[in-house]
Amino acid sequence: MRRLLSGNEAIARGAFEAGVTVAAGYPGTPSTEILESLARYPDVYCEWSPNEKVAFEVAAGASLAGARSIVTMKHVGLNVAADPLMTLSYISVEGGFVACVADDPGMHSSQNEQDTRNYARFAKIPLFEPSDSQEAKELIKLALQVSEDFKTPAILRTTTRISHSRSLVEIEERTASPKKIGLVRDPPRFVPLPLWGRTMRKKVEERLLRLQAMANSANRIEWRERELGIITHSIAYQYARDVWPDASILKLGMSYPFPDALIRQFAAGVKSLLIVEELDDFIEQHVRALGISCRGRDIVPGIMELSVDRLLESRALLEGGAAEPAGPPPFADRLPPRPPVLCPGCPHRGIFYALGKKDVVVTGDIGCYSLGAFPPLDRMDSILCMGAGISMAHGLEKAGEARPVVGIVGDSTFFHSGITGLLDIAYNRGSSTIIVLDNRTTAMTGHQDHPGTGRTLQGEAVHAARIEDFGRACGLQRIFSIDPYNLEQSEEVIFREIEAKEPSLIVSRAPCPLRERRMVGPSRSIDGDGCRGCELCLDLGCPAIEGGCGRPHINQTLCAGCGLCQQVCPAGAIQEGERA
Amino acid sequence: MSDAAAETTSIVLAGVGGQGILLASGILAQAAMQAGYDVKTNEVHGMAQRGGSVVAHVRYGTAVHSPLVARGTASVLGALEQVEALRFAEFLGPGGLAVVSAQAIVPVTVSSGAAKYPRDVESLLHQAFPKLAYIRAAEAAASLGGVQAANIVLLGAMSKGLDLPVRAWKEAIAVSVRERFRDLNLRAFDLGRGMI
Repeated sequence: MRRLLSGNEAIARGAFEAGVTVAAGYPGTPSTEILESLARYPDVYCEWSPNEKVAFEVAAGASLAGARSIVTMKHVGLNVAADPLMTLSYISVEGGFVACVADDPGMHSSQNEQDTRNYARFAKIPLFEPSDSQEAKELIKLALQVSEDFKTPAILRTTTRISHSRSLVEIEERTASPKKIGLVRDPPRFVPLPLWGRTMRKKVEERLLRLQAMANSANRIEWRERELGIITHSIAYQYARDVWPDASILKLGMSYPFPDALIRQFAAGVKSLLIVEELDDFIEQHVRALGISCRGRDIVPGIMELSVDRLLESRALLEGGAAEPAGPPPFADRLPPRPPVLCPGCPHRGIFYALGKKDVVVTGDIGCYSLGAFPPLDRMDSILCMGAGISMAHGLEKAGEARPVVGIVGDSTFFHSGITGLLDIAYNRGSSTIIVLDNRTTAMTGHQDHPGTGRTLQGEAVHAARIEDFGRACGLQRIFSIDPYNLEQSEEVIFREIEAKEPSLIVSRAPCPLRERRMVGPSRSIDGDGCRGCELCLDLGCPAIEGGCGRPHINQTLCAGCGLCQQVCPAGAIQEGERA
Repeated sequence: MSDAAAETTSIVLAGVGGQGILLASGILAQAAMQAGYDVKTNEVHGMAQRGGSVVAHVRYGTAVHSPLVARGTASVLGALEQVEALRFAEFLGPGGLAVVSAQAIVPVTVSSGAAKYPRDVESLLHQAFPKLAYIRAAEAAASLGGVQAANIVLLGAMSKGLDLPVRAWKEAIAVSVRERFRDLNLRAFDLGRGMI
């Protein structure tokens, strides 16, 4: 039976078929649906962990017990989990262990464009890269098998276009792993104290050589015409097939360690060689190191994702012509941009609006609330990474920043890596004001549960961790909860705490209306006679309040009824209910 | 482009986050699968969905490589918002059919005064698309009692420009929407198909 599956759903299916029994992860676009999908299969324990490092270690522990396990994350998540990654390579695994990492070339939903392939070389472990959903399912199974056979962690690397493209997948049955569960004590193998670790270090190198010599079905040569040979990988393979239909292709599905013999054989069989790879020149550097001349980064762009259109330009350059970059689409200069925005009814809006009234520095973080950086709210001064909204506020303050510093994180981000930053502020006597925008979910990635929601990934009701309790445990004295839909109260608390000499923790709590799928309150409308046209309501940046031609009006199908606009209107012209 | 690529039919769907573009592209892909084709689709999730422009690509044929549609190669472009139709106009190939719902959703960039919504958008659409079906999908869906089925009305109209059998479309709708909305969506499809 064939089904239309996204790359992420196919990875989940493959993990299920391969007998995976433990899976952990932290949500992150474009990786999130792997674990969401796997959680719906029977006989697989799946969890959202507080962060990627924890998830990685949970899956590693399961592997040591003999279970086949996977861990899922987006590319920047692997930075968080880099510590366990680097040493799991040493202590090795027992049950197959695969880190499923999704890169985001083009930065559709990410703060950077890093290429995870470098981590495979860094950690000296095998790397698998599918080109469509069918391969995603096959390669997760192969990766688990190779991991188990060679006792090595492995990385399955996808990109946005693999994870979020759908294609047909042949469905097979699940095969349970025959391994018995139970750690077999072997400290020289699992304890990397220097005495034992130095031995492990050598084994890692020997393992790489054995992996390189391994015959595998993931790398294949497709002989067509011999004029041009292309070495390619991942989604770039699909684009290359459309752009160079007659070229011979060496397709790398297991792209690290590099298959040197196959690369040499392929290069010898073609007149000229081109490397078509997305992001870093990972393959090209190695091919050149082998002493093989090739084209690649000189004509294939390494910044932002590839496409058939971009490769048609590369082809023109390769054939000696000039690249003809397409002109702008018709009327491009007349089309208003439509960037993502905080939704109508978003509880974060009022906090940014309030902060807009004060001369403060705002260190932000990763989540929906990063959209508070855009006009008209325009109230975020920096974003670095998960948790940095808290720690960087502390650093700014210690540097002597004259303005008060406010750090902003979301609830899921707070549990991910905000707690240690808060502890630091309390411990080292900071005075920042930390606002946790608690919308009771991991919203940006599509509403996943976390330790504060009271529910697990597989739907169990559990204790809901409270952010205020963490503040108290850290030693903070000034801890307040506010209702972000009450602008007056929010401003009173925030403005007071900004001036306080001690650190403050403010928890702004209201559930994401998009997840709740209901109105916050009755929809609002503007009384045309009462409206003075001051347009203060437009400063909220609410998509439901349409302006720009005449007096503002509220789009009734979009309004979520949060009532913020009613609170900011100085003329009292905004009321509940629809108006004629 | 290869022969295989030439035999591949490409479709682009555009709109604004929350309009149901992803459900529509899913149904279209399902219909192509029901009709026996190889199919690939792509859509962007995450941040892009928060009220921003949303675009979905669908390609079907005997063997499909890229899941993304190249510029100037789509047979049909469907849009639930007028400016979004223009934004993705470059995907439509020569002789291709554009189905655009006469709907304007004002972006925050316009409300904040940073940009303008073109007043003559209908005329721009006619200039950009020689083969334009300018339909009222939202009103049509509302007349059936479910304004959220505008995406299926759009699909119905788009289906006239594609070579998939009606039976495949209906099977795809039946498996893709919840049972209590099935009848509404099937009628929305018929209504849209009758508009062209």
